[in-house]
Amino acid sequence: MSVLVDDDTRVVVQGITGGEGKFHAGQMIEYGTNVVAGAVPGKGGQEVYDVPVYDTVSGAARQEDANAAVVFVPPAFAGDALFEALDAPVDLVVAITEGIPTQDMSRVYRKLKETDTYLVGPNCPGLITPGEAKLGILPGNIFESGNVGLVSRSGTLTYQVVDNLTERGLGQSTAIGIGGDPIIGTDFIDTLKLFEADPDTHAVVMCGEIGGEDEENAAKYIRQNMDTPVAGFIAGRTAPPGKRMGHAGAIVSGSGTGTAESKINALEDAGVRVGDTPNEVADYIEQFL
Amino acid sequence: MRLHEYQAKDLFADAGIPTPDSTLARTVDEAVDAAAEIGYPVAIKAQVHVGGRGKAGGIKLVDDGEEAREAADEILGMDLKGFEVDRVLVEEAVDFVNELYVGVTMDRGEGKPVAMVSTRGGVNIEEVAEEDPDAIAREHIDPAFGMHDFQARKVVYEAGVDGDIARDVSSILSTLYDLWEERDGSDAEINPLMVTSDGEVIAADAVFNVDEDALFRQPDLAEMEEDAAGDELEAKANEYGFDYVRLSGNVGIIGNGAGLVMTTLDLVDYYGGEPANFLDIGGGAKAQRVANALDMVFSDENVDAVVFNIFGGITRGDEVANGINNALEQFDEIPKPVIVRLAGTNAKEGMEILNTDLVQVEATLEDAVQGAVEAAEEVTQ
Repeated sequence: MSVLVDDDTRVVVQGITGGEGKFHAGQMIEYGTNVVAGAVPGKGGQEVYDVPVYDTVSGAARQEDANAAVVFVPPAFAGDALFEALDAPVDLVVAITEGIPTQDMSRVYRKLKETDTYLVGPNCPGLITPGEAKLGILPGNIFESGNVGLVSRSGTLTYQVVDNLTERGLGQSTAIGIGGDPIIGTDFIDTLKLFEADPDTHAVVMCGEIGGEDEENAAKYIRQNMDTPVAGFIAGRTAPPGKRMGHAGAIVSGSGTGTAESKINALEDAGVRVGDTPNEVADYIEQFL
Repeated sequence: MRLHEYQAKDLFADAGIPTPDSTLARTVDEAVDAAAEIGYPVAIKAQVHVGGRGKAGGIKLVDDGEEAREAADEILGMDLKGFEVDRVLVEEAVDFVNELYVGVTMDRGEGKPVAMVSTRGGVNIEEVAEEDPDAIAREHIDPAFGMHDFQARKVVYEAGVDGDIARDVSSILSTLYDLWEERDGSDAEINPLMVTSDGEVIAADAVFNVDEDALFRQPDLAEMEEDAAGDELEAKANEYGFDYVRLSGNVGIIGNGAGLVMTTLDLVDYYGGEPANFLDIGGGAKAQRVANALDMVFSDENVDAVVFNIFGGITRGDEVANGINNALEQFDEIPKPVIVRLAGTNAKEGMEILNTDLVQVEATLEDAVQGAVEAAEEVTQ
């Protein structure tokens, strides 16, 4: 068992003929992901790694029974690509693209709320169920199948924590990078709900960072609804107010909201063990299992 | 990206929002001439990207030419919270009876725009929001429709704005929202929005922050960024295309991915050091970017040691290692000790490539950070 993706997930890659899209479609296939189609306007009829390319996502969904889309479309066109994926429709959309204008995402988000689709991202590494499927750009070789669910706002920080887990033989059920933008689709709470309901997820790692209130809201959810033990990590303890730390969403506002301290306190109040280092997070998970 | 007050005011005025008569000046003489042209009293306002300009002495109200010369001379060239003032806005002083606040921003929690109005303008609105949240009326906007006229009226009346001027304030708010939407604003604010003794409503200050991810479709606003860059190193980072923030410590930090770089900063602090910067080289970095990153951090005179932490997903360890070797081989003497940790894609190959005469190699994040903190301490002793 796992959440959101497994052996049966049938993937269409939007932007499969572009540099990034092509490279990572190849990597996904090599990992064993069931990539059934590509979608690029004007490139219908071509093939990439023997995968048929369609002009539209709905065409790919209809002809190849695709039920998930991974989006590698450049930022200026990504908002439109996301609307197209939601319209197809597919059950899961993974938006890898970094740098989508926030107002475009606000419109996508409004549409998303009218659907049953899960949108992971944008500006995220994607998600992986080790040994079954990866949708996105995560390096497959560091993951191992197991019982730890992982959700994170940051890509490379996810890899760091996974590395610490795998090194100790603590495999993962599913690892999800939800993205570092101000407006994202699937958030911590959506993901925690899925992990709580998954019988094969025995412990959860949640990696947050400064900015916004998602971690505080997640803490409330954990306190009220979760039996699965959670270990956490918050990046950005030393970030000064008013400076954007790389991710568009990672900023402590002048009035002091979105600080690491507020998030760590909220999580600890909810019974989450928050590590000072990624390695300490792995220590806690080892104790849980 | 934040526009200067005068740039934002130009945008607002072009859209039809009333603003005071004003002229930008870069020298004392220009300022005095502008003041005479506008007619006294005038305000002389430093154009820098810092909050609380007035309290810090960056805004002066003057009544005649002599005072104008004195004030312009004082403000031009002054250091305002680390920014040197190189231009001032000379502006008609508005005789006001009341100060309001109007603003538009993105509510990231809701994923929707929100319009805000308050009768407690002229002060730090974030403080008002904390002390007395009910003093600010809020209205969420459906991004598919934009702001309906009734919503502008509703939020203005709910804020308790006086009936006589409510129509003008609503109209200004509608215009501000449309501008925010069309020009990809992240925040648009008028604080204070002044009400004069004869019942006119006028934007005495202007804030407009642009979504940096949307600059590709706002080319005229993107051009304004040149003027806006403050710190020299941050300007250089812009040129190299790095996400960079300068801090006050002495341990330089280079890494890939915002979350991991932030974590590296936090660990430097955890192990007793002080981070000098945040530098994210991004995904898939090639040798030249690696060399540029080292150049950036070396040219920060506060830096005593550097930790280089890469976890490769799309970034390949061997490429990074070659980049580090090439960059460092150009020096007769390594300017500052560099401690490297590579993990992930091709990390093993990378570790073998690294020239250990030039860098210290560590296997874990914790060891690399501790190594850098110790090296920095040794330099300072």
